[in-house]
Amino acid sequence: MNNTEPAAANLLEINNLGKRFGGFVALENISLSVAKGERLGLIGPNGSGKSTLVNCICGTLQNEQGSVRFDGGPVDGIAAYQRTRLGLARSFQLPRPFISMSLIDNIRIPILYTVAARGIRNSAADIDTRCMELLRQVGLDAKARGMPKDLTQVEMRKLELARAMASEPKLLIADEAMAGLTHSEIEDILTLLVRLNDQGVTVILIEHIMRAVMSFSRRIVVLVSGKKIADGLPDQVMRDPEVERAYLGQ
Amino acid sequence: MRTPTFFLICLIVAALVFGAAIAIGNDYVFFAGYVVLQYVVLSTAWNILGGYCGYVNFGTAAFFALGAYSSVAIYKLVTENDFFRMPMPVLILIGGAVAGIVGFGMGYLTLRLRGAFFAIATLALAVVLQTLVVNWDFVGGSRGAYILRPESVPIIGAYIKYLFLIMLLLAVIALTTARLIEHSRLGYGFATIRDDELAAEASGVPTLKLKLIATTISGALMGMAGAPFPYYIGYLQPDSTFGLDYAVNSIAMPLIGGTTSWVGPLIGAILLGSLQQIATVTISSAVNLLVVGVILVAFVILAPNGIVGLVRHYWQHKPDDIVGRRKVETDAQGTVP
Repeated sequence: MNNTEPAAANLLEINNLGKRFGGFVALENISLSVAKGERLGLIGPNGSGKSTLVNCICGTLQNEQGSVRFDGGPVDGIAAYQRTRLGLARSFQLPRPFISMSLIDNIRIPILYTVAARGIRNSAADIDTRCMELLRQVGLDAKARGMPKDLTQVEMRKLELARAMASEPKLLIADEAMAGLTHSEIEDILTLLVRLNDQGVTVILIEHIMRAVMSFSRRIVVLVSGKKIADGLPDQVMRDPEVERAYLGQ
Repeated sequence: MRTPTFFLICLIVAALVFGAAIAIGNDYVFFAGYVVLQYVVLSTAWNILGGYCGYVNFGTAAFFALGAYSSVAIYKLVTENDFFRMPMPVLILIGGAVAGIVGFGMGYLTLRLRGAFFAIATLALAVVLQTLVVNWDFVGGSRGAYILRPESVPIIGAYIKYLFLIMLLLAVIALTTARLIEHSRLGYGFATIRDDELAAEASGVPTLKLKLIATTISGALMGMAGAPFPYYIGYLQPDSTFGLDYAVNSIAMPLIGGTTSWVGPLIGAILLGSLQQIATVTISSAVNLLVVGVILVAFVILAPNGIVGLVRHYWQHKPDDIVGRRKVETDAQGTVP
């Protein structure tokens, strides 16, 4: 994917993206670039289209309008699993574990189907070690052989995150991975995400917990009613009167 | 256990079963045993799509009939043109190929449907195929088709013994295939489809491709089970070949045995199949489906994970199962705002 475009340094590029459900316009003319290695916070009130945007980026939903480019090439019309293999991973806002599998097997799936598809063949023992390492990072290693049904909602969010990390992504989109977590748990997850970012993974954090967003993000994008109303440094965005009015209340 | 070892053990068990059937010394054992074995193959085949992937197929009879009618078509071609008689394994391969291709086509057309809609589509396939066969004179149409089978086969003896042996081998092949899938990367992929397709795609699982593999393998095995059937029954008639029994039994047997493992359909088919054969002889043939219905209702209520699930539960006996299960809350529709 070697090209001469000036924007080649951008990992993700969204151009005029639009998505509607029947008559309801969920996203309108969204343009957004994310550079390699960035830490981006995406915020907005409930129903502002954050998750729809994630779904359009990841191929869960197909956008009718505009285009999405990832890692130098267009991904429009490409199936979700192929985007994951290209290096686009996401966690789901409402955890969607594989309920009939143990935790370690949940983590094993992206390794078997994504990492292996990139031509990296690991032995079964190596995969086990890698799964355990990922589970340890989110503090679930003690329950590796347990089933998702025995997890709390908070633990399920951690499992979501570990599963997304298992596909060794270039871009990780964490969709409200911290809702309901305690203070110290949020710190744990943030440390984890920062460490991933240090290793070169670009991270988009979608979150309602402003403290987490502010401490993590180097840049913040605000969505309101399907439109992007602000994009810039966290402090500037927070002082933006339009953001204050629309998002933080009058 | 490695697959070749498993295959070998299955072959040894099959040889013992065949030996035992001969030792009983009554040809009826072969007639009844053939039906039970046929259900072992059918329910194992059904389970590959229904149990592993979670797609409920009501069209077992269609695939079974495809195998049976491809044998009839070949038989007609051979007798009318005076070709040489094709050996049974070749007929089975052809029946399997035809049903596998139709399975692939059905998958391609219907797999964007989920749940009840998929089940109805498979049921419709059976109806469409039955209509086609009824109106196809070459294979007998609604009158049905007669097959004159050879009296005996060299070495083995009576032809029914030969058919029994063939079905025994097919059961071994089906079980080995199912077990191989279960313990492979493919099996993991199938299970993610059953659990959550959106999450599967997000983990890099090509769900559509995997579903097509499942419908093809499942359909092919059903067709293979159907191919020798005209030779067993002697007179093939559309109404009975497309009968409800096949669909109901091949769903009920894995459910009773347990759908998550290859053992489930095997246990279910042996248990229910034998019970039906015994009921046919001792009470009446109409009691067949009643037996299935009653047992199925009992299992759905008392042991929803089948016999395999029941055994696992008592072996492991997890303490948190006593405390009470927490239900996993996942939304079905995805996160559409």
